[in-house]
Amino acid sequence: MSTDVAIRPGRAHAPQNRSRRRPRPKRDRGRVLRLYVPLGLYLVFTLIPFYWMVVFAVRPSGSTTPVPWPITFEHFETVWNDIGYAVFFRNSVIVGVWSLLATTVLAVMGGYALSRFRFRGRSLFMVVLLCTQFIPGAMLLIPLFTIFKTLGLINNLGSLIVADTVFNLPLSVILMSGFISAVPFTVEEAAMVDGCTRLRAFLAVVLPQLRPGLIAVGSFAFIHTWNNFLFALMFVSRQDSFTIPVGLSYTIGEYSADFGALAAGGVVAAVPVVCVFAVVQRYLVTGISAGAVKG
Amino acid sequence: MASLRRRAVPYLLISPTVALIAAFLVYPIGSVAYYSLQNRNLTRPWADGFAGLENFRRMLFEDELFWQSLGFTAKWVVAEIGLQLLLGLALALIVNESFIGRGLARSLVFSPWAVSGVLTTGIWILLYTPGTGVLRFLGQPETAVLGNLDTVFPAVVVTELWRGVPFFAILLLAGLQGIPGELYEAAAVDGAGRVRRFRHVTLPHLRDAIVLATLLRSVWEFNNVDLLYTLTGGGPAQVTTTLPLYVAQRAIDSKDFGYGSALTMAGFVILLFFSLLYLRLSRFGEER
Repeated sequence: MSTDVAIRPGRAHAPQNRSRRRPRPKRDRGRVLRLYVPLGLYLVFTLIPFYWMVVFAVRPSGSTTPVPWPITFEHFETVWNDIGYAVFFRNSVIVGVWSLLATTVLAVMGGYALSRFRFRGRSLFMVVLLCTQFIPGAMLLIPLFTIFKTLGLINNLGSLIVADTVFNLPLSVILMSGFISAVPFTVEEAAMVDGCTRLRAFLAVVLPQLRPGLIAVGSFAFIHTWNNFLFALMFVSRQDSFTIPVGLSYTIGEYSADFGALAAGGVVAAVPVVCVFAVVQRYLVTGISAGAVKG
Repeated sequence: MASLRRRAVPYLLISPTVALIAAFLVYPIGSVAYYSLQNRNLTRPWADGFAGLENFRRMLFEDELFWQSLGFTAKWVVAEIGLQLLLGLALALIVNESFIGRGLARSLVFSPWAVSGVLTTGIWILLYTPGTGVLRFLGQPETAVLGNLDTVFPAVVVTELWRGVPFFAILLLAGLQGIPGELYEAAAVDGAGRVRRFRHVTLPHLRDAIVLATLLRSVWEFNNVDLLYTLTGGGPAQVTTTLPLYVAQRAIDSKDFGYGSALTMAGFVILLFFSLLYLRLSRFGEER
């Protein structure tokens, strides 16, 4: 579908009445080889797995046709009602939204401090943030389990909200300080000269201009939290507290013969992140580069 | 008094973040060091107690799986990063060109970035399972690629590439967009062809981005557990067990916290090396 879109321009706008630019057709052939062929191949590699999942999710069990018709929603009913994805989905939304809110608020506070103040310990704080990006959640499962057990948060979604927020924070703070630095301090200063307190100046002048940053940081936090598997697997063992990735991993294990259910579960897991991704992808390149590469 | 209050503002702002990091990242690292010197197994609480360096002795001298997992970790990271760098660079160069539908093409090729490791497993199991998968269209109808010692490595590498290349491409695309267009025009005026422009303009400017992306992704692939845990479970015959996966299995499946902590310490030593390298390079980047 999209390969059509990508291939069209070279041919549709072939020069016809401009005899001065003769070499154009030849250049176009090079462009097709250099650009559209590899892009088309890569798109096939990217999209076939998605397509395959959707095919399995909507075609009746036992069918092997690569183009499903008529489609059925029986697998969705199975996973949503019988396997319990309705509950997993609700849990994932709760954890995702709370972690998103906590991460964004704390990232704005920390990012503002980094961007607007030169205080003692600032560079130490930066170094800690950079280094903690490298600490893998998988390696801290043991001590975190012990801590949450002491806090009585095992089998409680609170443990996931806290753990996911902590692991989202370092990158989010760095990202947000970049976005805040992009808002000139002079506008804020002008508001303060006019009698605003620092907080009111921030809320009235800086925050409205911070929308892209808030969307980017919030979306990253939501996607990471939604996708996190190991924390949920380790800290939650009761089925009514499962999140989507844990539910999906059990579907992979237990229903390995029922590919329709597995695929439908996969679609349920994919839809929210795909929607968020559609919103955030405009900020991906600027956002990620500001945070991850430049530090 | 007023100035004291103003000086306190940044500290107040960062205090919740610092508290969370101290409680849930720094303290756990310290406690891993402590546990690594203990016998601690949730399934055998009567045997808990001080163990000295016993866990480390077991790890270094008796545990063949530890050494095997280190070997596979290195192989995994090198294969993934090498291929992701090549494909990611190619992809970044392609979607950096201007053509109609570029925005749509970018969203589509970058979309696997947002997919979780577990979901990736779910999708690729559908593709790999004999009889239902896509391999039957490639003339390999009966091969169970994930259960076969010869095919499991390429199979997991391709699966992770599907999800990993987009992020590499995003990082490199950001670097490409920082190269001023005039440089290409000047080079073209000087008669440099496409290949020479790539070698003498693109690559030198992209060097920092390539170095940092490679380093970040290496650490990320080192730490990547979700995919292997669900796709192969480290098998067959433990040949796809990375060190962090081994740690996670110790924690989740056998609840052997003492020995798992000793393994974690080994992982930290490796990560520390990468962190120091990263810090040096990122500071190096700032000065220029």
